[in-house]
Amino acid sequence: MLIKGRNWKFGNDIDTDAIIPARYLNTSDPQDLAKHVMEDADKDFSTKAKAGDIIVAGKNFGCGSSREHAPIAIKAAGIQAVIAKSFARIFYRNSFNIGLPIFESEEASEKIKEGDEIEIDADNGVIKNISKGESYKANPIPPFMQELISADGLVEWTKKKMAAKS
Amino acid sequence: MTITEKILAAHAGKKKVEQGELINAKVDLILANDITAPIAIQEFKKIGAKDVFDRSRIAFIPDHFVPQKDIKAAEQCKLLREFSKEYHLGLYFEVGRMGIEHALLPEQGLVVPGDLVIGADSHTCTYGALGAFSTGVGSTDVASAMATGECWFKVPDSMKFIYYGALNKWVGGKDLILHTIGDIGVDGALYRAMEFEGEVISNLPMYGRLTMCNMAIEAGGKSGIIVPDKVTRKYVKGRAKREFKFYKSDKKAKYVEVREYDCSKIPLTVACPHLPSNTRPAAELFEVTIDQVVIGSCTNGRLEDLREAARVIRGRKVNPNVRMIVIPATQQVYKQAMKEKLIDIFIDAEAVVSTPTCGPCLGGHMGILAKGERALATTNRNFVGRMGHPESEVYLSNPAVAAASAVLGRIAVPEELGL
Repeated sequence: MLIKGRNWKFGNDIDTDAIIPARYLNTSDPQDLAKHVMEDADKDFSTKAKAGDIIVAGKNFGCGSSREHAPIAIKAAGIQAVIAKSFARIFYRNSFNIGLPIFESEEASEKIKEGDEIEIDADNGVIKNISKGESYKANPIPPFMQELISADGLVEWTKKKMAAKS
Repeated sequence: MTITEKILAAHAGKKKVEQGELINAKVDLILANDITAPIAIQEFKKIGAKDVFDRSRIAFIPDHFVPQKDIKAAEQCKLLREFSKEYHLGLYFEVGRMGIEHALLPEQGLVVPGDLVIGADSHTCTYGALGAFSTGVGSTDVASAMATGECWFKVPDSMKFIYYGALNKWVGGKDLILHTIGDIGVDGALYRAMEFEGEVISNLPMYGRLTMCNMAIEAGGKSGIIVPDKVTRKYVKGRAKREFKFYKSDKKAKYVEVREYDCSKIPLTVACPHLPSNTRPAAELFEVTIDQVVIGSCTNGRLEDLREAARVIRGRKVNPNVRMIVIPATQQVYKQAMKEKLIDIFIDAEAVVSTPTCGPCLGGHMGILAKGERALATTNRNFVGRMGHPESEVYLSNPAVAAASAVLGRIAVPEELGL
């Protein structure tokens, strides 16, 4: 899978309240959530960002709450993927469960500048910076996560598991 | 093996597990709330399971936006109520019977030592205080577990924290955990189990242990855990609704890191905006004026927390520039606080006392901050916009510091009131 798009850059420790503030969590409708994505980190983000864009952030992206609304809001806003130096544990898990592609790469997180055109080769774990003509390595996706991706998320994976048992 | 590895191995039907190993394990209890359960219900229906794996092991607790704060929140809560009826869930807690999930479940003996618990709420790590492995997951994880009774885990690395020495006056579990997060950072325990031990922990009452394990997530931890002992036994006696098992870590268990703290050097601690790791001694923050104090939440809304706050504010008045909001975490805490006249003390001090709710902790309702306002709260997070306007500020402290600050209208310590 190739993911190509321009990127928006964020710093370290972007928490789930910044990704989708709790004041909007009286709904779980993805489109409603998408209207407020990243609002407390950048209040204009939902109007600036276009479908197909990529988020690039520093360490510990998605720290805080377990709200699955966070990756859902990002995905529903049309953001294709998130690259970060590291991800908070529950956000990491949620992203694979719902099928939001995420990539850990210290090098990409440091070297990519906002607005650079990025191409991610998901199968080989290579992140290309087209604007700069550079290439960075993403941390390998653990085998079980690959299994979730190829099953199309945890719901489908669970369906298969239950069918196999019965 | 560590206690964490032993509990995970037992639930995966294995003799031994290793750090980093991926396992599928049986869960003893699954919980979700009015924010996370609606997505779990929707995903559960997509799985197409005929029934839930065990109706006595799924707890639905509307606590974040209840009593229902607006129409949308009411619709969310309705989904929980209807699903609970349809599937005959044994652990659905309606308003009037509910409490903040992480205070309610231990109080009611519904989580017990040796359990493996998952919850679609990041503070599910609270139950480690009982010697259980418990961790926050997402709604889809909960949906899958509701269908199968199982969940996938990576066995975490364990990190040990040893607390020794004498605690300073008014210093408790909240200060210990804030100090620890300040030391290691908000990702200092990322993906790891945080095991707390030492003479201070052995003497720490259960409410302080619950506060510490509750905030393990604020250091990025997968779980917080304390090996069960006589304090645990006393707490679960007469409370536990299921059989329990005490696990303990082996002497040769593997820890990726060990940290020791001399508690005589840990002061009353406050986390400043906008990260729980941004800690300072309360005594260095006396110039910080406040508009609101919140005492409550899954971190510090238990009876003993209210007692501490009441000891400080008894016979005094909340500063004219401050709104003080007290939120008992469960109906039982509320009732006992009435019996002990704690509610009288708060109302006489001109504080308001609310029904149990997570409410202001996550900027939901019952005490939202306006632009430029500043709160001192006994809650767990002080991220940008956490309690309201993105340009408001939240400081975090223990209940005694919060109460003293409410009186003086600025960050303060009980000693300043002669206590």
